[in-house]
Amino acid sequence: MVAMEHVFDEMTGTGNSPLPSYQAYRAWFDGENLSDLRRKSRDAEDFFRRTGITFNVYGDHEAEERLIPFDIVPRIISAWEWSRLTRGIEQRVRAINAFLHDIYHRQEILRAGRIPIELVAANPAFLPQMIGAAPPKKIYTHIVGIDIVRTAQDEFFVLEDNARTPSGVSYMLENRETMLQMFPELFSRIRVKPVQDYPINLRRSLAASAPADCDDDCTVAVLTPGLHNSAYFEHAFLADHMGVELVEGCDLRIIDGKVAMRTTEGYKPIDVLYRRVDDSFLDPLSFNPDSLLGVPGIMGIYLAGRITIANAPGTGIADDKAIYSYMPEIVEFYTGEKSLLKNVPTWRCSEPDALAYVLEHLDELVVKEVHGSGGYGMHVGPASSRRERTKFAAKLKARPKKYIAQPTLALSTVPILTQKGLAPRHVDLRPYVLVSPDKITVTPGGLTRVALKRGSLVVNSSQGGGTKDTWVLED
Amino acid sequence: MLGRTADGLFWMFRYLERSENTARLIETGFRIGLTRRTGENEEWQSVLQTAAVDDLYYRHYTQLEASKVIDFLLRDANNPSSVMSSIATARRNARRVRTAITGEVWGAINDTFLYLKQALKRPVSTRDLPVLLSTIRQQSQLVRGATHGSMLRNDLFDFCRLGTFLERADNTARILDVKYYVLLPSISQIGSNLDNIQWETILRSVGGQRAYRTVDRGDPCPKGIANFLIFDGRMPRSLMFSTSKIATNMHFLEKVYGIRLTSHDHADQLIARLENGNIERVFEEGLHEFISDFLRDTARLGTQIESDYRFRE
Repeated sequence: MVAMEHVFDEMTGTGNSPLPSYQAYRAWFDGENLSDLRRKSRDAEDFFRRTGITFNVYGDHEAEERLIPFDIVPRIISAWEWSRLTRGIEQRVRAINAFLHDIYHRQEILRAGRIPIELVAANPAFLPQMIGAAPPKKIYTHIVGIDIVRTAQDEFFVLEDNARTPSGVSYMLENRETMLQMFPELFSRIRVKPVQDYPINLRRSLAASAPADCDDDCTVAVLTPGLHNSAYFEHAFLADHMGVELVEGCDLRIIDGKVAMRTTEGYKPIDVLYRRVDDSFLDPLSFNPDSLLGVPGIMGIYLAGRITIANAPGTGIADDKAIYSYMPEIVEFYTGEKSLLKNVPTWRCSEPDALAYVLEHLDELVVKEVHGSGGYGMHVGPASSRRERTKFAAKLKARPKKYIAQPTLALSTVPILTQKGLAPRHVDLRPYVLVSPDKITVTPGGLTRVALKRGSLVVNSSQGGGTKDTWVLED
Repeated sequence: MLGRTADGLFWMFRYLERSENTARLIETGFRIGLTRRTGENEEWQSVLQTAAVDDLYYRHYTQLEASKVIDFLLRDANNPSSVMSSIATARRNARRVRTAITGEVWGAINDTFLYLKQALKRPVSTRDLPVLLSTIRQQSQLVRGATHGSMLRNDLFDFCRLGTFLERADNTARILDVKYYVLLPSISQIGSNLDNIQWETILRSVGGQRAYRTVDRGDPCPKGIANFLIFDGRMPRSLMFSTSKIATNMHFLEKVYGIRLTSHDHADQLIARLENGNIERVFEEGLHEFISDFLRDTARLGTQIESDYRFRE
């Protein structure tokens, strides 16, 4: 797809010797024996299976829990690169929260004509129930994951914003735990910023966003759709590490104007609910009436300001790919500053000029549905045949508003351990951000996803992608 | 603590205990089959009865046949009490309450499940059975050990223990219930020794054949064995031992929550019957009635605990 010689490798750049951030690691690696490392790599897989770090595949039998492959070569980011990224991420997250508040209140950005109205009004992720609502402490998205890709030494792009329910943070934590167990000596040689505070920070951050009338000792809980959800392990993991209850819809009911959970001693009120249930399933009275996963009446309690729901209902609008294309404008509109993080250049097919360009370059562009996720309905130009392009062009012309297009990026590579030693593979990065009333915290690290097949740009775990531990070096 | 969590822990440990008990029953039946020329089929019949799955067995099979019974008890998904089903249910409950158990307990139950899934993929040959059965017992002990060594002694722990000992009390009582006729004075004359095969099966199915030899000089008389399984508080699978553990954990819950509930009365009645009773009186008033009452009362206690502590809505 992308010629390897034009690709930036994070260990060696475009040359052969390791860049400064990888020097210490490379020196250690060169002193190790390949077959020992291969064995360690198999141990790691065993460790993951035994601790139950698996994901379920929908429709599969319970026994079919799958592992996401783990690669033992860390992805290393220098302190300097990280501080630059962090500033950009903080700015973007602040803007996203301001944007969400605005579109559910005065809609200044629409009045100013910076975003077309129909992009919001006709968007299925926009919840009219949230208009005029005041989430406690004005926070809409408490937990954010910003997907970032790199193409050169100083070129970082945001690929996607995950303001609704970013998942994968348990892998960030377990990957680090695994590395600490397998290679303790590496961590005494190389000083890596810790990520293990994430659950404590998450709990603090959630507690700080509790409704105003809560005392210091507020009750936080994690809401999961249940055992059969693909991310159940993560839900349990986070509740466990925060030391809070993991609840399901069937544990909850409304009592005395509060959402309460059924305990062995009776019903106990909840102040903050970190929900991992989609908007449409949250409350059968307000949304999908068939939902058994939510709590009837919770929206009423929420709108009365008596519970914090994280992330707030209606946050998903910020993840929309058409909205994404306006993100530089959004950042500027709310912060008064130029966006520090770049967007991937995006053609909005709703605009005639852009559409014409996209139709002419279908062989090199990636075309995505604006409301899509998980790669469904996506056209990948360089991998397409002439017939597929003709067919896709017809679809595109029929409903241009449904699509955006982006260039195929030459994602950076980081080596993985193969049978024959190190070999470069394409990666992306999802750092995790916590928003509380007084500060934004970006955990130093994140989830690095890696395409395990040579030359592949697809890092999704459902399509053969794996993960790596992500190291941010101390100064 | 969520009511659903109490539910999950309670049943996780009930099913874990059940898997071990079923494995012991298979071991007993298998052993008798190897060492005896006659009586093998009756033994498998009473094993099925003890596990309370005889009706279910005959819904799937017409003939009583050792290999089929073993397979049914070991790995049949149609049998919710088979070793494989029990471990799968225990693990499913453990996943439901993943936040309430330590990583070590989860690791142990998950290991057990993964091992059995592999080992029980195909029917188990007679040659592999003894090793497999002892591994099953070891695995279950591993989970128990991890629980002991790593869990906080709080209400969570109490619900784990209640599940374990209610299941165990129930299992030992069932063994006595199915075999009570063997212990009746009318069949074996008072004071006379039981047929070896009979007392061996009873003791073997509670893993007590060696212990009994040291405790009561091993006189295989009906009263001695019944006393050992009912009233001997030193024997970890006796009714007395299981019931006193239940009473202790019920007492802890009363203290922790500061409230006494109906289930506490039930538990007190259960232990009082054992503490105030003795084997002479049980034989006078009828062993069968005694065991039936005991089974009924433990079932009632289980149901009451579930409702007192809001396991379900």
